[in-house]
Amino acid sequence: MEEPIIEIVANLDTSQVFGELSHPGSGGICVFTGAVREFTNKQQVVSLEFETYEKMALGEMQKIAGEASKKWELNRIVIRHAVGVKQVQDPVVVVGASSAHRDACFEACRFLIDALKKRVPIWKKEHFSDRSVWVSAHP
Amino acid sequence: MEILLFGIAKDIVGRTSMDAMEFNQRPTSVAELKDKLRQAFPEFENLTSLAVAVNSEYAEDSILLKKGDEIAIIPPVSGG
Repeated sequence: MEEPIIEIVANLDTSQVFGELSHPGSGGICVFTGAVREFTNKQQVVSLEFETYEKMALGEMQKIAGEASKKWELNRIVIRHAVGVKQVQDPVVVVGASSAHRDACFEACRFLIDALKKRVPIWKKEHFSDRSVWVSAHP
Repeated sequence: MEILLFGIAKDIVGRTSMDAMEFNQRPTSVAELKDKLRQAFPEFENLTSLAVAVNSEYAEDSILLKKGDEIAIIPPVSGG
């Protein structure tokens, strides 16, 4: 597999990922994009704010890409996350994989986003009109 | 020994980093650091989980802390 593309950026451009995953041996390209949703438990979100421990986050993302490339036969992997303040509908994360056939890239894509959410040190604060909450901090 | 603080940990302590010397005795292990943190700032007890990274890797409770280590408090992550 080629070196995975692993990045943390201020502004996420969702249009570049097809070109990055495209590969002569890949008949399948699967991409997941996460975006800011307007309502959380019926409360209107004004914005989301992301922060990261960048050095460690990039390291964990590399490990996740490495695990995916061992589990599936992949040609390319992209994991890219945004930080800073994001508005409703803004993209905040893009993960994707490409492979000869679709099964491998579908499964890998799911694994990439699930593993990222579980262990990459990135934190999200939800800003509502009257308060702000760190997501998942409390049971 | 600098301790980096992120997310809600930053809000609880009120700063982006602290020094291990601020505890009356310097913690020697990850478990001890967590204990001292919870004693000094009881709000940490209320979190869903509390992890520590040593030199930007997740560290088990038994890991010993050495001079020069970069330590970070990792409250529940919520990327994506």
